[in-house]
Amino acid sequence: MKPNDPDIRWVKEPPMGPTGKTYLSLFLGGFTTTLKHLVSKKKTIPFPDRHYECPDPLIYRGVHRLNRDDQGRVKCVACFLCSTACPAYCIDIVAAESPWPDREKYPESFTIDELRCIYCGMCEEACPVDAIELTSLFDLSGKSREEMIFDKEKLLAVYDMTKDAEPRRTAGRPPTPPRDTGGPS
Amino acid sequence: MIHITIDNRPLELRDDERLNCIEAARRVGIEIPHYCWHPGLSVVASCRMCLIEYGMTNQATGQVEMMPKLVPACQTPAVDGSVVVTNSVKVARARAMVEEGLLLDHPIDCPICDKAGECLLQDYHFQYGQDERRADVRPFTSRRRDIGDVTLFVDRCILCSRCVRFVREVSGTSELYVSGRGAHEEIDVVEGFPLANNLSGNVVDLCPVGALGDKDFLYKQRVWYLKRHAAVCTGCSAGCSIWIEENHDRIYRLKPRENLAVNRWWICNEGRYGYPHVHNPERLLLPRRREGDTVTTPDWTKLPRELGERLRGAGRMAAVLSPFLTVEEAFLLCQYARSIDPEAVLVLGPVPVVGEDEVFPGGFTIRAEKCPNRRGVEEVLLASSGGLRTLESLLDELDRLPFGAIWVAGGYRQPWIDEPTAQRLARADVLVVQDLFPSPLSELATYALPSAAFAEREGSYVNYADQLQTAARGVRPPAGVRTEGSLLWELLSRERMYRASSVLEDVARAIGYFAPAAKGVGPTGIDLRANLLA
Repeated sequence: MKPNDPDIRWVKEPPMGPTGKTYLSLFLGGFTTTLKHLVSKKKTIPFPDRHYECPDPLIYRGVHRLNRDDQGRVKCVACFLCSTACPAYCIDIVAAESPWPDREKYPESFTIDELRCIYCGMCEEACPVDAIELTSLFDLSGKSREEMIFDKEKLLAVYDMTKDAEPRRTAGRPPTPPRDTGGPS
Repeated sequence: MIHITIDNRPLELRDDERLNCIEAARRVGIEIPHYCWHPGLSVVASCRMCLIEYGMTNQATGQVEMMPKLVPACQTPAVDGSVVVTNSVKVARARAMVEEGLLLDHPIDCPICDKAGECLLQDYHFQYGQDERRADVRPFTSRRRDIGDVTLFVDRCILCSRCVRFVREVSGTSELYVSGRGAHEEIDVVEGFPLANNLSGNVVDLCPVGALGDKDFLYKQRVWYLKRHAAVCTGCSAGCSIWIEENHDRIYRLKPRENLAVNRWWICNEGRYGYPHVHNPERLLLPRRREGDTVTTPDWTKLPRELGERLRGAGRMAAVLSPFLTVEEAFLLCQYARSIDPEAVLVLGPVPVVGEDEVFPGGFTIRAEKCPNRRGVEEVLLASSGGLRTLESLLDELDRLPFGAIWVAGGYRQPWIDEPTAQRLARADVLVVQDLFPSPLSELATYALPSAAFAEREGSYVNYADQLQTAARGVRPPAGVRTEGSLLWELLSRERMYRASSVLEDVARAIGYFAPAAKGVGPTGIDLRANLLA
């Protein structure tokens, strides 16, 4: 677009008045805000001596956890919906036939690259059995990249650590066992 | 001419075309949903998903007389004057009701079902079903039963009976049957007679829902991650059209690709489960140079020049072309051998034959000849050397006259050469061997070059009945492996990249037998015999 384009409407800045020219009113307005904060309660937290208290840990999107079912087994059914929904491709699942008679499929391995994750929460939204959830743990650190790739055991350990403070958002139904149709089988 | 009206769209069919309403509607781009109907099986009209409104034009008055009730499209022939309505409220409601009925008994365990993503029940429910479920049925875990070659998830079944008709009509083995009546109907096998035949894998493809599961593929990968490539099965000389389904260069399954000229809708288990050799770690994965007792790994970038120099200095040359090569690769190898030694001896490698042809009642045949391209390589050899010679005749000649260089293009899936034969071939000063797996011959070779597996190369194959088909590359070869085609392309100092399609054009121009391929090859291939008759 050229400056002489007929679609461009040129607007002139209004001329400044005497108060504007002295900057006094603007200075006073800004300094009032500064003074207000100088005397008000301080919001800075001296981390890590003090931890940030999350107002609602249930909606915070921090480190993932893998929930356990009523029998303490991993709740995940290895449907791959979280890794399909994941925009950062950080979830890697290897599915296998489950060793339990009442379950069909389970994740043999389940790893999340916490460094690659963007903590968007799409995985927990996609999960049909509420097995993956984001906790309010935010101060995640590690000494190596490998350490930050969380495997199944580590993710289950996060659940054990946080289950009391952050209960599962939905109780979640256990899968119904096979139906007896009454017919010959 | 047969004149039909489908949703107010006119359609004309030839007089000898006998289509049902599903096929006729497809011609005008209207898809009528169906579960139980399959073009390769008999019609039972049991699923009721394809119900349509049907009428007939009264030839005398020109009035359309509609039938009072809905009729199944699969069982209704598209005859002259037919009027089909698929977009009315009545039809939409019938489809929704069928979907609701099927889902009453369905476990809805889509998250753990291998079919999810390519399931007709899912697709049709999304497209034609109701938004809400009126029945209070909770998802449950399907019962599972091992019925032989495949696994059956009993409660996921919608009783379309495609699998039952398949084992009766195509494989002719009749292992499966429907037990029980009404709501208790289930697919089952008789105790002691499990589903076990060489076509059993097809019932998994036929199953519109996740009731029949492939034991080889079960829980390995979700189907939406798979990418498919149109290829040709190289398990036998039938050359069935297949899809190679892979993710991240790993093949997860092979599926039949519809090709009425070759395999129709089926492939055999041998071909279907014959892909693991592609990922076998025992494959030759690096080129090897042997000088005396020292074995070194040459650099691929310098190897073509080195090979050319060694071969040119060696004197008389012979090339052994295996029937696993594509037409293009065979053509390039013949050209290369001739460019080094105009009198080069070109012979056909051993053709593996195992047992006898297995013919099924449905017409499907598993060929005894376990290689994909004997006909194609034969024709290339005939055109290049004027006669067809076998490895035996080369070995006889080798005893009388020494050869300077021998190039053996292998690519066999099974062990194919014994120690004495290898010793005789190794008498040449320079022995170049391309093969998939280590063999006595590759151990003795001056240059043992890794060969690409069928899924890793592109090219054409000519099956036993002279049908030429082209296959696309499914996966990339492992690092350290170069396809025969691209290596020969570089050896011939051609410009740019190796592309099988452009080589095939050269082949079609140079050899009369392949002339029909000059105009391009469609997805179902072309019959080269048509050219021979003309």
